[in-house]
Amino acid sequence: MSETVAFKPESLEQVHKIIARYPEGKQKSALIPVLHIAQKEFGGWLDVPVMDYVAQILNIKPIEVYEVATFYTMFNMKPVGKYVLEVCQTGPCMLNGSDGILSHIRETLNIKNGETTADGLFTLKPAECLGACGYAPMMQLGKFYHEHLTKEKVDEILELCRQGAIALD
Amino acid sequence: MSKKLLLKDAHVEGIRFYDVYRKQGGYEAVEKALKMSTDEIIEEVKTSGLRGRGGAGFPTGMKWSFLAKPEGVPRYLVVNADESEPGTFKDRYLMEFIPHLLIEGMIISSYALGANTSYIYIRGEYSWIPDILEEAIEEAKKAGFLGKNILGTGYDLEIYVHRGAGAYICGEETALLESLEGKRGNPRLKPPFPAVKGLWESPTVVNNVETIAAVVPIINITGAEYAKIGVGRSTGTKLISACGNINKPGVYEIDMTITVEEFIYSDEYCGGIPNGKKLKACIPGGSSVPIVPANLLLKTINGEPRYMNYESLADGGFATGTMMGSGGFIVLDEDQCVVKHTMSLAHFYAHESCGQCTPCREGTPWMYKILKKIESGEGTLADIDLLWDIQRKIEGNTICPLGDAAAWPVAAAIRHFRDEFEWHIDNPEALTKNYGLANYADPIPVAAKAE
Ligand SMILES: Cc1cc2nc3c(=O)[nH]c(=O)nc-3n(C[C@H](O)[C@H](O)[C@H](O)COP(=O)(O)O)c2cc1C
Ligand code: SF4
Ligand code: FES
Repeated sequence: MSETVAFKPESLEQVHKIIARYPEGKQKSALIPVLHIAQKEFGGWLDVPVMDYVAQILNIKPIEVYEVATFYTMFNMKPVGKYVLEVCQTGPCMLNGSDGILSHIRETLNIKNGETTADGLFTLKPAECLGACGYAPMMQLGKFYHEHLTKEKVDEILELCRQGAIALD
Repeated sequence: MSKKLLLKDAHVEGIRFYDVYRKQGGYEAVEKALKMSTDEIIEEVKTSGLRGRGGAGFPTGMKWSFLAKPEGVPRYLVVNADESEPGTFKDRYLMEFIPHLLIEGMIISSYALGANTSYIYIRGEYSWIPDILEEAIEEAKKAGFLGKNILGTGYDLEIYVHRGAGAYICGEETALLESLEGKRGNPRLKPPFPAVKGLWESPTVVNNVETIAAVVPIINITGAEYAKIGVGRSTGTKLISACGNINKPGVYEIDMTITVEEFIYSDEYCGGIPNGKKLKACIPGGSSVPIVPANLLLKTINGEPRYMNYESLADGGFATGTMMGSGGFIVLDEDQCVVKHTMSLAHFYAHESCGQCTPCREGTPWMYKILKKIESGEGTLADIDLLWDIQRKIEGNTICPLGDAAAWPVAAAIRHFRDEFEWHIDNPEALTKNYGLANYADPIPVAAKAE
C-alpha cells in the first residue's frame, strides 16, 4: 500500500462523528472504533501505512496505534481471506462439539488453524468465548454469529460464501 | 413461577422498539426518578440490596456513594458490556432484545450520579448490537428522555456506545477504562479507584449491564419491595445464562430462592440433561469460579439443598462450595472430561492475560502446557503437584483478579477430580475412553425427576 491511504468521504464523516463522542483533546479514545472502520475499508487487516494514517487522523504517534492494534484479537496484523471463520473453541462450546466443527473445517478447506486457503477465500481463526455459549457450537463471520452449528450447516455456510451470497455486514 | 422483573416483557412482540416498550410501562421509572433527589435514588438502590451483577457482587448503592464529587470536574457512568467470561451471555440477551431497559436504567443512574455523558463499552464481537443500542438511543432522544433538558428538568445526558476489539481483560473495570481511552487493556494499580480517578482521571462508576437494568424495577416498585424478593443478601432477581449439557440452554431470570436441582432439572429452566445422561459437574458462575462435582453442587457439605443464590452457592468456601459469579452456568454430563475442560479454560486465560504481571503472564501458559501434557497422556504424577503449586503462586500475587480467575478453575479441578487426573496419567485408556462418573458424583437420574 502506498501513501494514498485515505478513507472514503462517508467513512471520514463517520470517523469525525465518533471523535465527537469524547471530550476535547480526548480524540485518542476514538482509536479502537476508528481501527474497526479502517480494517473494514482497507482489506480486512491493518497494514502499517493504514495504522500511520489513523495516527495522523487522530493526531497521535504511530506507536500508540501499533501497540493497540497488536493487543486486540479482532485486529488482523497480516492479510486474511475474504471470509474469516472465527470458530469458538472455549470450554462451553467444546462441551457441545466445537472440536468436531473445527476439524471439519480444517479438513474441508485443507488448512490449519490460522491459515488462509490458496484462493484467498477463507481464513480459519479459532476464537475464545464469544458470548454464544448457550447456542454452541458457533462461529462469527463478519458482523454476524452463526449458531447451533453442525457439519452440514458449516458446509452450507461455506457454499454460500463461495457464491458470495452471505451477509458479512 | 419465578418473579420476573427484567425479562417480564421479553416475549412481547416488538419490545425492542420504543413505542412497544413505552406501552408496557417503559420510561415510567425515569419520569419518577427525575422527580426524586439524587440522594433519594441512591438510598433506594441501597435499600434494594442490589449487588453488582458483573461477577463480584459488590453492593451497588454503596459503590455509588463512594463516587467523589469534586467541584467543576465531570463524572462518568460507564456500563460494562464487555461480557467475555466463558459461559456468560445474559447481557447480550438484554441488549439485543430489550435495549430500552438498559437505556432507561442508564438515564436514572447517570442522573443519580451526576453524569452528563455515559458510555456503554461493548465487546467488539457483539458487532450487530451497537446498531440496536444506537437506534434505541435515538428513539429515547426523540421522545425527550435523552439529550438536553430531559423532561424539562434541566438535566442533560448523552449516551454513546463504544466498541472494544476482542480482549477478555477489558471486562476488568480499570482495563476497560484504559481501553476506552484508546490504549491497551492493561489493568491499573488500585488505588486510586475509578470512583476517585476513573475515565480521563475523572470520578467514574463502572457497572454491569444487568446491574444498571435492575435499577429500573427498583425505582418502579421501590427498593424495599425489591429487597423482599429473594433471600438474605441475595435480593431481587438474577439472570442466569445456562449452557453446556442441558436440554434447554438459554437465559433465565430467577428469584434466587430456587434450588440448584430445580434449576437444572425442571422444565421451567434447563430441563435436565440430554440423552438420559447423568450430571457430572458444574461451573455455576462463569469459567472463573470453582468447578464442583454433582454431589457438592446439589447439596452442601452439611447435606442441605443448595440454592441458586450468592450465599448458598458459596457455602463451604472453596473447599466444598463455589460462587454465583456472573451467572454463567456451565453443566458437564457424565461423558465430559474434566482434564480436557480445564485445559480449554487454561488456554483461554493464557490467551487473555495482558502480560503485565509475571505470575500471570508466565504461569497461565505454563498451566496450559502441563494440562495439555496430562490430557494427551504424557503427564506424570509430579505434574499434578506442579500444577497445584503454580496456581497457588499466581493467586493473590497479581495486579488484577484475572490471575485468581485463572488459578481457581485449576485448583478446583484438582481438588475435586484428582483421581481423574491420576487416571489420565496411569492409564493409556484415557486417550480413547472417558473417566465417567467414578466415585465422586451423586447424580440424580433424569427419570426419577419426572414427577
Ligand atoms: C478479568 C476480569 C474480567 C471481567 N469481566 C467483566 C465483564 O465482562 N463484565 C462485567 O460486568 N464485569 C466484569 N468484570 C468485573 C468488573 O471489573 C467490575 O467489577 C464490574 O463491571 C462492576 O460492575 P457491577 O458492580 O455492576 O458488577 C471482570 C473482572 C475481571 C477481573
Ligand atoms: S493479573 Fe494477568 S491480566 Fe491482570 S494485570 Fe496481571 S498480567 Fe494482566
Ligand atoms: S464458549 Fe463458545 S461462545 Fe462461549
